[in-house]
Amino acid sequence: MTQQVPKISIKNVKKSFGSKTVLNGLNLDLFAGESLVVIGGSGTGKSVMLKNILGLLEPDSGSIEVDGSEVVGINSKEREKTLSKIGMLFQNAALFDSLTVWENVAFPLVQGKKASKETAKVAAFEKLKAVGLTEEVAELYPVEISGGMRKRVGLARAIVTEPEILFFDEPTTGLDPIMGDIINDLIVSCVKTLGATALSITHDMASAFKIADRIAMLYQGKIIWLGNAKDIRNSGNDYVEQFINGRANGPIKMEFRKI
Amino acid sequence: MKFFIFLGKNSLSLCYAIGRVSIFTFTAITRCFVPPFYPRLIARQIIEIGFYSLPVVGLTAIFTGMVLALQSYTGFARFNAEGAIANVVVLSITRELAPVLAGLMVAGRIGAAMAAEIGTMRVTEQIDALSTLSTNPFNYLVVPRIISGTIALPFLVIVADVIGVMGGYLVSVYKLGFNPTIYLQKTWEFVQPIDIISGLVKASFFGFLISLLGCYHGYNSDGGAQGVGRATTNAVVGASILILAANYILTEVFFSNIQ
Repeated sequence: MTQQVPKISIKNVKKSFGSKTVLNGLNLDLFAGESLVVIGGSGTGKSVMLKNILGLLEPDSGSIEVDGSEVVGINSKEREKTLSKIGMLFQNAALFDSLTVWENVAFPLVQGKKASKETAKVAAFEKLKAVGLTEEVAELYPVEISGGMRKRVGLARAIVTEPEILFFDEPTTGLDPIMGDIINDLIVSCVKTLGATALSITHDMASAFKIADRIAMLYQGKIIWLGNAKDIRNSGNDYVEQFINGRANGPIKMEFRKI
Repeated sequence: MKFFIFLGKNSLSLCYAIGRVSIFTFTAITRCFVPPFYPRLIARQIIEIGFYSLPVVGLTAIFTGMVLALQSYTGFARFNAEGAIANVVVLSITRELAPVLAGLMVAGRIGAAMAAEIGTMRVTEQIDALSTLSTNPFNYLVVPRIISGTIALPFLVIVADVIGVMGGYLVSVYKLGFNPTIYLQKTWEFVQPIDIISGLVKASFFGFLISLLGCYHGYNSDGGAQGVGRATTNAVVGASILILAANYILTEVFFSNIQ
């Protein structure tokens, strides 16, 4: 596995906002076909990492490669080409309020791939069916459906272009445990059907165990532990132990607790 | 010492803000000429700005025309110069009041709506989602609004011109007992093409300012609901002040050589 070119390779990426360092020399390789979950507390830079790969933020230093080609500092044409390989499920789905559910799902096809409205509609309905949504829901607006349904629509929109890479930003946040598990199952099955490479970030361990092949733990802007999902219970790392068991006391100190 | 710190901090942040607005303006204008274009979004915005602002602009114009006639009558009656009322009404309306008041009303209605809509899209990651779906947010969100603001406001001002003059006519004829034919004759006699054209150029410029600031503040909003609220306020206040300042400069440009 170490011989092949990583699908995504992050090398020594640093990113600060003002005086606050968020990513402090982040290294991470993601191989084709695997599902990697990055865990870590709130504010440890998980979302910033994703945004740097997507080009929504620019790293201060370091390099990020997708399929072996550099994506830091590229022009918008090349960026578009990279982004067309990636599908992303946002934390709160980030559906467009002004469009109906099926128009949201069809959006990447109509805008990005210049498909006709009719073919895009057919594809959108097909993907909506794949995530378990009925045709009545397709005609509604995002504000008219529940949080769990919005996540499903977001998932349908992420997979509609059948991308090689999928990003999931806290896929289960804000859902009840049952709906969370349903979404996890959907993610696993979607990734499998597409044969995609998946990078997820979460702080929900149940979700991490369900969807991960490998798990990495991000702490203070660095990966402090990386290994197979089944090994994480015996990581021997105090930080990881504290995190996966959800203990308030341990080596990880929340900053606001210094009273 | 504290005073200098205060002074320096504020001057720096002012320079920063001016720089950011300039860059935003430059990007927005260059993006107007780069495909993809979204004619349907432009049409939708023109209807939103032009058509749905008609009632509020019409009401503003009619009452302004009425009060102008009434006030100039009380003034001019002292000098037996009641005949100049038609002159005052038509020149004030076409040159100044219609464009400025329409601009201010539309700033309140449309500038606020733009800032709130785009601001909400920013905080709910919809703008990030647009970027990841290979759609330039400037082309999709900002350009249609700026183009339709610049086009729609002159049309609103033509309507405001007519309704404002009609307001003056109604008060002069039905309350002050003027001869309707003579009043209209005087109106036509006094008004020059430059009066109307200058008003329309102003309107177009104000329309540009309103949509630019609405988009700018929305696009750069952060901090959740409170941030969107702040963006809305800043968009309306900023646009209103810029309209009044730009109005002075444009008047100087148009009329400094005449009279």
